[in-house]
Amino acid sequence: MIGAHLPALQVVVPLLAAPLMVLVRRGGFAWLLATAVSWVSLAIAITLALRVYESGTISYPIGNWPPPWGIEYRVDAVNAYVLVLIGLVASIVAPYARLSVAAEVPRDQHYLLYTMYSLCLAGLLGMAITGDAFNLFVFLEIASLSTYVLIALGRNRRALLAAYQYLVLGTIGATFYVVGVGLLYLTTGTLNLADMVVRLREVQEIRPVLAALAFVTVGMGLKLALFPLHFWLPNAYAFAPSAIAALLAATATKVAIYVLLRFYFTIFGPSLVFERLPMAEILIALSVAAVVIASLVAVFQRDLKRMFAYSSVAQIGYITLGMGLVNEPGLTGAVAHLFNHGLTKGALFLLLGGVALRLGGTNIDRVAGLARRMPLTSFGIVLAGLSLIGTPGSAGFISKWYLVVGAVERGNWWLAILIVASSLIAVAYVWRFVEMAYLRAPQAGAAERIEAPAAMLLPAWIMVAGCIYFGLDTSFSAGGARAAAEALLGGLR
Amino acid sequence: MNVAGHYSYWVTIFLMVAGLYIVIARGNLVKKLIGLGIFQTSVYLLYIAPGKLIGGTAPVLADSFKIYSNPLPHVLILTAIVVGVATLALGLALVVRIREAYDSIEEDEILEKDRGEEDPR
Repeated sequence: MIGAHLPALQVVVPLLAAPLMVLVRRGGFAWLLATAVSWVSLAIAITLALRVYESGTISYPIGNWPPPWGIEYRVDAVNAYVLVLIGLVASIVAPYARLSVAAEVPRDQHYLLYTMYSLCLAGLLGMAITGDAFNLFVFLEIASLSTYVLIALGRNRRALLAAYQYLVLGTIGATFYVVGVGLLYLTTGTLNLADMVVRLREVQEIRPVLAALAFVTVGMGLKLALFPLHFWLPNAYAFAPSAIAALLAATATKVAIYVLLRFYFTIFGPSLVFERLPMAEILIALSVAAVVIASLVAVFQRDLKRMFAYSSVAQIGYITLGMGLVNEPGLTGAVAHLFNHGLTKGALFLLLGGVALRLGGTNIDRVAGLARRMPLTSFGIVLAGLSLIGTPGSAGFISKWYLVVGAVERGNWWLAILIVASSLIAVAYVWRFVEMAYLRAPQAGAAERIEAPAAMLLPAWIMVAGCIYFGLDTSFSAGGARAAAEALLGGLR
Repeated sequence: MNVAGHYSYWVTIFLMVAGLYIVIARGNLVKKLIGLGIFQTSVYLLYIAPGKLIGGTAPVLADSFKIYSNPLPHVLILTAIVVGVATLALGLALVVRIREAYDSIEEDEILEKDRGEEDPR
């Protein structure tokens, strides 16, 4: 019986957990509940994904109101993949959070942090699962508002300003998205995404649809930190509590990318987006700028969290590059990179949380000789760094391989060369860490071993292991991504 | 082009651009939020205005009523207003905390006070 309601439970479970945490007002209980909710979400996401791969798209009418009148939750190969990513990252970050949050956030705010964690999870899962354009906006705002609070809980006072700046830009982004949806609603008279696809094909007057496309692109571009709309991201990641930075880096921007994929390929359709408009060229140009410029900026950062935040902007560039290629290998690479980069960046920020805990900060000067003081953490950062570069045998290699194949198939040899060459810039910033941690002696009087506690190291290493595992066994990461790419491209035929 | 007949759109566009301009041009954190509020309000108008039919009633199933206004945009915007209120409340709460931490709500003064601190935790 309950199996039929899994799509609703995917969102309802974390959504209901949040008020419960506020009522009980205990940090320990809230943490337990947040962990349990994350694991339940992952279990539901995996069940849904298996069901989708077995028997196709799942449609769930909320409150038994049939679509297109009622809100529909719709799970297909694309968002099942995204749901698993969100569930997986949340399940690993939640157990990690207890010690990290205890060290970074005042005790009386713990239960509020986990409340916001659950709400953020509900919002992200809801964005991914819903089949209704306006419902998506509501979940987007649930996820965003809780994210602003989570960032503001950071210890440094600059976290407040980072949260404020993200609030302003995030709200502009969300409002642009609503304007786009409003224009689509005015032309089609429906908010159900599947219904909208059918009705948009019949629309004669194309101008409002093009305006909607522009608004949705800019709105989601802000949320996913598409270069040059990424200014909120480095400060938000650098000043948020470490566990939260890991959650956001691995999931928040990825869900926004999913929304853009959904709108470009399923709703507007590639023939409108990429043939009538030069969106492919625009996406590729912005992505190349992101990959090159953000990577170069990352090399010159003094702080490791900021460095990897800028690297996130670059890695998002690879994903949008795959979108701009508009062929199956390119899209497979883009979707696989959602997952692989989520794991890689999640692992890096979890490990940096341990560094922040033991060293009191993540400035590059502080990590001198870190390999001798925190050998497991340092080695983890190196392994995840290799995945970031795209070394063969790591998860990052798989998605970049598909991107290169996609670029060649499109006939853009220079793009394929650029993807490989830009990885060398990633070598440069990962090497800065290696040089400081492995080749420098620890500062005088700071030679003792201060490895991060096991409760933080274990979740981080599970993610690092994932970076390697999904580099060797690609049946889920690349196989699921290929199914998603086929589903996205199938929309036009 | 029918300029006068689309006056509600002109109002919408004016509010939208004015709001965005305030967000970008002002350095005062509260004024930025005011601009953001105006920007969001313009969207309410974008949704509500096309839903209105002159002489239309609420959608009541009765023989005496023939023209209905679309109630869905109203419901959607009710949700959007709640979101707007929550955003504004959170934004103002953040400004209060920023003022406590920096003793200023002017963006350039705040950035000045943080200059030279490159070590986030």
